[in-house]
Amino acid sequence: MADNTTKIRTFIFDNFLFDAEEDALENDTSFLEQGIIDSTGVLELVDWLEEEFAISVADEELVPENLDSVNLLSAYITRKTS
Amino acid sequence: MHRGPDGFGFFIGQTVGLAHARLSIVDLEGGWQPIANEDRTIWIIFNGEIFNYPELREGLLARGHTFSTHSDTEVILHLYEEKGKDCLADLNGQFAIAIYDSNKQSLFLARDRMGIRPLFYTLHNGSFYFASEIKSLFNADPALPREIDPRVLSEIFTFWSPAGTETVFTGVKQLLPGHCLEVTSTGVHEPLCYWSIPFCPDEPGRRSEQEYAAELRELLIDSVRLRLRADVPVGAYLSGGLDSSAITSLVKHYTKNPLKTFSVTFADKVYDEAKEQNEMVDYLGTDHHQVACSYQDIAAVFPQVIWHTETPILRTAPAPLFLLSKLVRRNQYKVVLTGEGADEVLGGYDIFKEAKVRAFIHAQPDSDLRPQLLKRLYPYLAMSPTKSAEYARRFFATDADVSDLFYGHRPRWKTAAGTHVFLTDHVLAQDRDPVQGLGYLQNDLQGLDFFNRAQYLECKVLMANYLLSSQGDRMAMANSVEGRFPFLDHRVVEFAGRIPTHYKMKALNEKNVLKQAVADILPTGTVKRKKQPYMAPDILSFFGEAEPDYLDYYLSESLLTEAGMFKPKAVDKLLGKCRQKSKQGFKENMAFVGILSSQIVYDKMIKNFKIDTPESLDNVKVVS
Repeated sequence: MADNTTKIRTFIFDNFLFDAEEDALENDTSFLEQGIIDSTGVLELVDWLEEEFAISVADEELVPENLDSVNLLSAYITRKTS
Repeated sequence: MHRGPDGFGFFIGQTVGLAHARLSIVDLEGGWQPIANEDRTIWIIFNGEIFNYPELREGLLARGHTFSTHSDTEVILHLYEEKGKDCLADLNGQFAIAIYDSNKQSLFLARDRMGIRPLFYTLHNGSFYFASEIKSLFNADPALPREIDPRVLSEIFTFWSPAGTETVFTGVKQLLPGHCLEVTSTGVHEPLCYWSIPFCPDEPGRRSEQEYAAELRELLIDSVRLRLRADVPVGAYLSGGLDSSAITSLVKHYTKNPLKTFSVTFADKVYDEAKEQNEMVDYLGTDHHQVACSYQDIAAVFPQVIWHTETPILRTAPAPLFLLSKLVRRNQYKVVLTGEGADEVLGGYDIFKEAKVRAFIHAQPDSDLRPQLLKRLYPYLAMSPTKSAEYARRFFATDADVSDLFYGHRPRWKTAAGTHVFLTDHVLAQDRDPVQGLGYLQNDLQGLDFFNRAQYLECKVLMANYLLSSQGDRMAMANSVEGRFPFLDHRVVEFAGRIPTHYKMKALNEKNVLKQAVADILPTGTVKRKKQPYMAPDILSFFGEAEPDYLDYYLSESLLTEAGMFKPKAVDKLLGKCRQKSKQGFKENMAFVGILSSQIVYDKMIKNFKIDTPESLDNVKVVS
């Protein structure tokens, strides 16, 4: 799980935060509320999830409860890959 | 010189100098500027057109004025003699006016109501400079400071344009639309507002939709008629959308003006409207000309486009319009009618629809059904924010206070502000709540419903400071072409302000009154088609097929560091993203275009500023 968290953080920093300091993102920070990922960025995140973790994100799973923070993403990936 | 290649005029006084570059459209032989009044104590230079000038001239002649030309310019001068600044109320037109009154030792400046023609000014070491373009100010005095204003830069990366009177250059201001100002020996007086966009909808039931539609039709017919007045041929842009189709059709049905039309087509079919354009061309039988635009075409002209915009932009949309005005000129035309303004004043934009949908959802936040309406928004976007209904719901569920003066615009500004991750700490340190930059609009917004507020904001900020400017005047004038805007005739705008909101957008049917006004002179498909906003490929233009060489220069670590606006490492990561995949989201597209254009502005307007001044000029008039 730690490994997934690291991967997720790296992806978010590289693709949405760009050059921010490490402490700019807590693992329970809401991407939507902080404006880190906008509504089109979500689709980019899904693309990456599917490719990186070899999963398929169903339409009904495309919800903030699964994707809107590092912790939520990590838990979602764990469920999908177990 | 691009604004006026047909002749040059100078007035040299003891304390005042006036310079004019002419694009001759009315009174080709005699309309040279500067022009003086009867006793040569008052002088005028002017950029624009006064469309009701024949009627005004008639009245002035009857009241004993003597004219030396047949131009609209001279009409303004004699009206000013009679009425001073109150003359502006009589003018139906698009204008930037400068009048030197040697009796009062004053300089009077005025700008048209909607912001069609530009007017910039600055004060330095006791000298006052004004011009149509900022580069003329910098060229007039090499000692003028040329610096980026970080606070305005930050505003551009939120609002897509400066919010108000300040420009991206420290100390350089624009005269706001609907304003005038006076400069005397005591200094630069506070600008005065002579006209404000009126939103005062009639009470419900006073008139029927059909009555509003009928009156709008009559106003548009007259607006088009006036805007065809010229001593040169007048053409029209024909994008295939409702607005330009309506204008072109009115020309066809109500005038004898020969119809030469122009449009852009895109190699990328996502952006292309050739089918719709051709449908209108066949319907009206116009002599139509098209320019094809590929990704490389946009990239190739982009630095030149920014030389003309003189300000950072967040979209590449002006670039194809630069190519379009070039096409107009190649066909020996100088004037075109275009459909800008209809979406703002008659309720056409998706942002208004979005505001309505949001308000509908917020009225019952627990409803599962209401958010389904979000799917109706943005169907044309490849990466639509509403592909995930639940995300769209959460995204649009923020900023739920309908009484917020800026309710309609908060989501757009929030999305754009996502680009701030690229701004340096130096720029961000100047940042303020963006709403402060719009403080000057707050009084006008009070008392309006959220729909009218959104319209008003769109007119004053995005339309005036970006669409009419960077995308409009600058792109047309870059190739010495004058755009004319029938929807922005102040009588049309004033009338549109009286139309009740629920008629303007009926449920989610935008520009409902306009559609009713012109339905019988357009193909059914044109009226009923889903709105396709004008857009051009952004990141795709620079990374879709080939990368332009100049990116290495403008986005180099050294130039980024020198300019101090953007974090080099963050920009490098963004470049990496773009190279990996050229289909990116809102933030990346706006950020890339914004960063690149800002760097070009820094390079061309500050670091390497240079205007090629010819050694001699033809067709010159000098008066004193």
